[in-house]
Parts: sequence; structure tokens; C-alpha cells
Amino acid sequence: MSSIEHAADLPAWAALAVAFFLVVGAGLTLIGTIGFVRLPTFYERIHAPTLGTSWGTGGVVMASMIFFTVLSTRPVVHEILIGIFVTVTTPVTLMLLARATLHRDRAEGNPDVPGEAPAQVLVEDGAATKAD
Amino acid sequence: MSHTILSWAMVFAQICLVLAMALAALRMARGPRAQDRVLALDTLYVNSMLLLMVFGIRTGKVIYFEASLVIGMLGFVATVALAKFLMRGEVIE
Repeated sequence: MSSIEHAADLPAWAALAVAFFLVVGAGLTLIGTIGFVRLPTFYERIHAPTLGTSWGTGGVVMASMIFFTVLSTRPVVHEILIGIFVTVTTPVTLMLLARATLHRDRAEGNPDVPGEAPAQVLVEDGAATKAD
Repeated sequence: MSHTILSWAMVFAQICLVLAMALAALRMARGPRAQDRVLALDTLYVNSMLLLMVFGIRTGKVIYFEASLVIGMLGFVATVALAKFLMRGEVIE
């Protein structure tokens, strides 16, 4: 059990707050990843890891901010960069990934996914009748 | 007392994040299709980023923060490129 010498002059309330945010963040990340392994279909699975990117990242970033701010007695907020970055990029990547998956499922004719948007369905129907 | 709690909280957080990385790796090895593997890679990136931040708190060094920022950016670019590849079959058109 390694002690934390560099945090010896951290006040008790700050140590407790850092511990709380660390446990909440890491625990929620673990719960999200367990869901990622256990859920049955991809469209359900894609929701689970966002627990790690929202509260997981938020908790660990908050713990780090409190720790370094209290320890160096000046505001240390550069961790918020990671929080902002993850918050902005996660929806972008997951929307792209979900659309790519939907595209692949439609291209394979998977019956479990909804078809194309109505306008495109009309065009395809017209093409089909012409071909018939 | 509170420092003991903090110390154990760090151990707990590290164990949780390592377990989460192992589960994501399991999904990447098992995942039935390519999109599962891409999502597992994204989860792995986020978890390793958080693990490095906990490492930074534990050692009190700021260098780990920069490493985790780089990992986050690389993870974003990698996942976007892979999703684009799954969608179109090529990354740059």
C-alpha cells in the first residue's frame, strides 16, 4: 500500500472530495463498460460507454482539478480542457459510428433496422417499378 | 484518516478502470462485427485516458495530464477515421 507523500498537506475535506469524485467517476466508467459487454445488440451497446465519457470523465476531471487546485493553492483548471474535448467529440464519433452501422445494416438488408428516410424510399420505389 | 480514504479511493479507481479496459478488450476480441470493435477501441481510449489522469493525481505530476490529452485527441481522430472507413470503404475521398 503506497502512501501519497506529495499530498501530505492536503486538507481533509479536499481529500474526501477527491476520493468521492474518483470513486464515482471510475465506478460509473466500469458500470458503463459492463453494459457495453452485456447488452445484446449494437444499437443498445453504443449507449453504454457514454456513461464513461460523461460522468466518468467528469468525475475524474473534477477530482484532478480539486486535487491540484488545493495542493498548489492557485486555480488549476487546465483539466477542464479534457472535459470539454471529450464532451464535444463523443457525440460526433458516436453519431458517425451509428450512421455507418445503419448504412452497413441497410446495405446487407438486415430486417431489424428501419428502412431509408421517406423521400429516398419513394425514389427507390419509382426506380423499382420502372425496372419491373 | 482522510488520506487513507483517498489512497484507497485511488486504488479502487485504478482497479475499476483496469477492469473496464479488460472488458473493452474482451468486447474487441469477441465483438461480432467491425463496428463493435471500433466502439471497443473508442471505449479503450477513453478508459486509458481516465487511468492516466488517476495516475497523475496519484503521483502529483502534470505530465500525465498532457499524455491523457494526447490520447483523447488520437482516440477521436482514430474513431472518426474508422467510422468513415466503415461507411464508405475509404477514409479520404
